[in-house]
Amino acid sequence: MAAQKKPHVDAVIVGFGWTGAILAKELTEAGLKVVALERGEYRDTYPDGAYPNTIDELTYSVRKKLFIDLSKNTVSIRHGVNDTALPYRQLAAFTPGEGVGGAGLHWSGVHFRVAPEELRLRSHYEERYGKKFIPEGMTIQDAGVSYEELEPHFDFAEKVFGTSGQAYKVKDQIVGDGNIFDAPRSDHFPLPAQLNTYSAERFGRAAKELGLHPYRLPSANTSGPYTNPYGVQMGPCNFCGFCSGYACYMYSKASPNLNILPALKQTPNFELRVKCHVLRVNLDDTKKRATGVTYLDAAGREVEQPADLVIVAAFQYHNVRLLLLSGIGKPYDPVSGEGVVGKNFAYQNLSTITAFFDKDTYTNPYIGAGGNGVAVDDFNADNFDHGPLGFVGGSPCWVNQAGTKPISGIATPSGTPNWGSAWKQSVKDNYLHTVSMDAHGSNMTYRDVYLDLDPTYQDPYGQPLLRMTFDWKDNDIKMARYVTGQMHKIAEAMGPVAINVYTREFGAHFDTRRYQTTHLVGGAIMGTDPKTSVLNRYLQSWDVHNVFVMGSSAFPQGIGYNPTGLVAALAYWSAKAIREQYLKNPGPLVSA
Amino acid sequence: MLKFLSVKQSSDSRRTFLRKSVALVPIASIAGCDLTATTSSNTGTPATQAGASPYTPVFFDAKEWAFVGAAVDRLIPADANGPGAIDAGVPEFIDRQMDTPYAHGALWYMQGPFQEGPPELGYQLKLVPRDVYRMGIAAVDRYCSKTYSKTFAALDTTTRDTVLGQLEANKIELDEVPAGTFFAQLLQNTREGFFCDPVHGGNRNMVGWKTIGFPGARADFMDFVNQDGKPYPYGPVSIKGERT
Repeated sequence: MAAQKKPHVDAVIVGFGWTGAILAKELTEAGLKVVALERGEYRDTYPDGAYPNTIDELTYSVRKKLFIDLSKNTVSIRHGVNDTALPYRQLAAFTPGEGVGGAGLHWSGVHFRVAPEELRLRSHYEERYGKKFIPEGMTIQDAGVSYEELEPHFDFAEKVFGTSGQAYKVKDQIVGDGNIFDAPRSDHFPLPAQLNTYSAERFGRAAKELGLHPYRLPSANTSGPYTNPYGVQMGPCNFCGFCSGYACYMYSKASPNLNILPALKQTPNFELRVKCHVLRVNLDDTKKRATGVTYLDAAGREVEQPADLVIVAAFQYHNVRLLLLSGIGKPYDPVSGEGVVGKNFAYQNLSTITAFFDKDTYTNPYIGAGGNGVAVDDFNADNFDHGPLGFVGGSPCWVNQAGTKPISGIATPSGTPNWGSAWKQSVKDNYLHTVSMDAHGSNMTYRDVYLDLDPTYQDPYGQPLLRMTFDWKDNDIKMARYVTGQMHKIAEAMGPVAINVYTREFGAHFDTRRYQTTHLVGGAIMGTDPKTSVLNRYLQSWDVHNVFVMGSSAFPQGIGYNPTGLVAALAYWSAKAIREQYLKNPGPLVSA
Repeated sequence: MLKFLSVKQSSDSRRTFLRKSVALVPIASIAGCDLTATTSSNTGTPATQAGASPYTPVFFDAKEWAFVGAAVDRLIPADANGPGAIDAGVPEFIDRQMDTPYAHGALWYMQGPFQEGPPELGYQLKLVPRDVYRMGIAAVDRYCSKTYSKTFAALDTTTRDTVLGQLEANKIELDEVPAGTFFAQLLQNTREGFFCDPVHGGNRNMVGWKTIGFPGARADFMDFVNQDGKPYPYGPVSIKGERT
């Protein structure tokens, strides 16, 4: 079937989540004619997040209305290179988005930066602990960009998002009771930190008694009214507790739909096309230059969109798959260790403690905000001496009370039956008296943990699914167990009557049935050498210079913090390079 | 029919359910009828609307309907802590769910080949929720008939609990559908029906939310972010604005 050919544009963007919206804004500001292709539906605060219909746990948290439609797009998963991968048939462990706003519409709003050493992790560990400290088979790398280079973009992204938080230092001057481990900042958060819930306040108090350094989470949920640099207005968050999995009815949680799209709608050189499923990036005969993309439109017709610049801005694993389907970059081979696309795939290494309090202590866990909470960074990144501990990585710990709901969220003390009068008694006794806390650990990269195309399973359009080969490794379990042990001390100091601990045992396999996080990273990583990375430091493909790949797929390994802040900063950093360097002289921005 | 009705009943709610469902005898007094009846008359919805009159199942036949009621009545029983799954309208909720894309498996990746794998890789059966119920109920009833000479719904509460416990522990061999899978489906949907917004046909009169203290769709805690460990003063509201 001959594809319908659309008129040429300057740039085509694949996917309209955070990075698609950021690049659309930046490139239209530079005068480019931009088309963004989003495979899902059009979505916005109204009607998708309108009160009261949005306050519906069954529809959103349980049936997962705003998440990806697995019947059309999924992955296969296996634990080891010799296993058969099976499809991820039901959403559970991770829940990517679909539709306008992508995962940025249904995210929680924890809006961090990054620990500077995590951008040069291999060099940092080798310098501080010696080369032998990094275990055999661990493939951690440097990103090729420094925190100092990204700082202005972290700062601007916070202003676009309307992020609430309390800095410790601004321009090297102490300004308040923020996180003493924070990377240097050039400015305050645009909004003061949100209020603390009772649970978070108690966690902070206990942590302080133990000599730790609690701080309030940087939250892309507004602590007051706000107008961002694009002129978009946000209202104050009212702690309704319906953030993660929902569009925010209060216009308080940052999303591409709320914080960027209204400005783009005023731009005549921007067009957003929905229900457009991109099949591949098209290359010319040299395979060194992209000519645009081919997609299926809402009616299922094949359409070619020619463009000078292709921005791949879908969710992490969709980006990797699109590169593999398009023949951009050499696929990674775990046996030889050669090739790059699919290499260094990682996840988030989450452990959870639930503390149950007496019947006179009401924690009211349905009150909350997705980005809100109190955390400690004493065991994150390299804020503590890893030498005697013998593992790479770390983990922030926090109470992030985001709104615990009854169908999906009720915890009961260990040993409680799952049904019957004893279960009912337990949920009645515990629901209003529970505090949940997480160690949101980093996950390192390994030679035999990677992404490639599945040999068996296909999507409804006849293209192979992406295959994840992933399992937990001793290094990461060791880290999680250590930090969870530290968090356990905080939990005990809070004085509960019972404590449940969920952390992995050595040898535990990746369990796709249990929600962990949607923080998948790597597979199209940035770096300093085309032999070991897919992208250069500007997120530009080493192989096809007019293809830039956004998102957490660029992270060389997992980080302790939530990824969205780094994703947004990297997108602005890449956009700046495109605007200031690439458009003047299209070609590789770094010579290989 | 007579066999069902002659069984010794353990609770009023269960007896009410079976009379409504199997014999289809209209019952006048049902909790929460004021609000839902108002809704029904306003919109002209048929008499099958929750609470207004006995619900006639669309997906489940009479035997299956008896099973569902008898099972959810044990999973979340009416007891000293308040109403249970029957009072909350859980059977109606489940029946209504069976007509959603979810129950047809439309939200899942359902392309073959279907292969067994390690449990950590998740659900790999070709069965969708409608199949799991249809096959699971028939298989459990066959098991109960063989073991106890009665259908599940006709068993006394202690024996029903025993059977449910064995299903949960995957200790009963069922044809076609693994016992644990069937049980997990039933328990998940029962909890959903007990705790969902009443707009879905369950949590009638918000009994599930009242049991645990969840305020439903209030969704504005600006003045209650930190109450220093004290209770929140208001009861629940639903999407349609029902209060108690």
